[in-house]
Amino acid sequence: MCGIVGLHLRDPALYPRLGGLLETMLCQVVERGPDSAGVAVYGDQRRCPEGYAAVSLLGAPLGLPEALRKLLAGQPDVMSTEAGDTTVLAAPVSVDELVAAVRVAAPAALVVGSGTDLTVYKGIGHPRALAKTYDLAHAQGWQGLAHTRMATESAVTPQGCHPFSVGPDQCLVHNGSFANHATIRRELIADGASFDSENDSEVGARFVASRLAQGDDLDEALRLLCERFDGFYTLLVTSKDGFAVVRDAIACKPAVIAETDAWVAMASEFRALADLPGIDHARIYEPEPEKVYAWNR
Amino acid sequence: MEPLTTDATPPNHAGPPPLERLVSIDVSVATVRALNNELHHPSAAAYEVLQPQGAHAIAAGIDQALTVDIRGHAGYYCAGMNDGGQIVVHGNVGTGVAENMMSGSVRIRGDASQSAGATGHGGLLVIEGSASMRCGISMKGIDIVVGGDIGPMSAFMAQAGRLVVCGDAGDDLGDSVYEARIYVRGKVGALGADCIEKPMRDEHLAELAALLTAARLDHDPRAFRRYGSGRTLYHFAAHNSAAY
Repeated sequence: MCGIVGLHLRDPALYPRLGGLLETMLCQVVERGPDSAGVAVYGDQRRCPEGYAAVSLLGAPLGLPEALRKLLAGQPDVMSTEAGDTTVLAAPVSVDELVAAVRVAAPAALVVGSGTDLTVYKGIGHPRALAKTYDLAHAQGWQGLAHTRMATESAVTPQGCHPFSVGPDQCLVHNGSFANHATIRRELIADGASFDSENDSEVGARFVASRLAQGDDLDEALRLLCERFDGFYTLLVTSKDGFAVVRDAIACKPAVIAETDAWVAMASEFRALADLPGIDHARIYEPEPEKVYAWNR
Repeated sequence: MEPLTTDATPPNHAGPPPLERLVSIDVSVATVRALNNELHHPSAAAYEVLQPQGAHAIAAGIDQALTVDIRGHAGYYCAGMNDGGQIVVHGNVGTGVAENMMSGSVRIRGDASQSAGATGHGGLLVIEGSASMRCGISMKGIDIVVGGDIGPMSAFMAQAGRLVVCGDAGDDLGDSVYEARIYVRGKVGALGADCIEKPMRDEHLAELAALLTAARLDHDPRAFRRYGSGRTLYHFAAHNSAAY
């Protein structure tokens, strides 16, 4: 199964409510994947202020903020937020500088998200409890997504938890399973990619990141993914520019999209959308097989 | 095939209809389990379901001539296995609405997700909006009338019953269809394996007119085209024996 929810806000008046709305959506798809849950939030100034870069980490060692401060040019203060297995670090430097410093100071830790606008949280356990751990209710921002996982292709670990964020300000969540992920993984490794997990969905994320790095937009990258990947998938992919949804040719993994002037939302099931403001007047539809739906800011 | 029946099938094993009063059940307060338990052991003949909020299995397993109005959007398997109920959803429905319906009627005022009317044996399913993929998959006698479009892979292995589409049909319509009859007013993306267009004879125009009347949809039957089985997949072909 697995449950996906995503919300792309058009009306800035809703930005302070992003986390609360996402938490409500997430809690409606708990039964679809009760073993773990991950969340991505774009534009949460509490955790990544304007002019900062943020890195989300699993397995951060004690004293990491101080170690990073010493490594970074100008020795800025490093913000650190612990949220269960995840630690979010932010500093007024570039993303590349912060990621490089994290890899030096904490070589055993796993970077699960990085960017100037993105914070990612992963953990195992009941999604409702994890939402509290991440303090999702108070998150603010312009876009977010969440995933509840029912693991099939790899173990129940924080590392196997979605979203997969393998490029700056990019995220991918997946309901389904890829059949030819091992083949594409080998091809991406031959092209220089390295992987953090055995998860099939990570292969999808690395594939999209590689296409975006080569200049494709989300629409082009996902069209090519449909050509190359076999298996079942409903994917929600986000970037600093927007939000895209695609399903495989058979489209047996569910997806519902709703749109109003104030927001675009996507979820595995309608019930996750039922409490959104203005849902009674939303345009509600199901994405068609192998058609890419994309929205930009 | 059985002639069209536009009236609800009478209840098959219930006593006289219970009290003439309307019972409202708010699913945001009561559980779906409590709702369905009441509908399986009814104290009234008419119900309305409030705040369905996309919950699953609303009004599944009704086996009497109850009327149920669901005011809002319902989730998966709404009105599943219906046997005699007259159920109206004033909203959209998720996957598998009226799956395996035996008799009665289910009307959706909005749109339906995948597999609407799947494996249904009887009764009438009306979707006033559009239905998504696999509408009428493996239908076994149910009648389905869709006011809008239907998605790809609809009427896959449909065995009996009628599927009427007032809009367009997606690709692979009627793949491996048996003896269900399919009527489409708009465009058909592509026909599935062994599904062919067939001539509209008078009896087809008559049964289509009756179905449209039952569904309360006003269209000229002559604007529809009929599709059904080419019957080339029914029997093992001797020339394939070399494959084994």
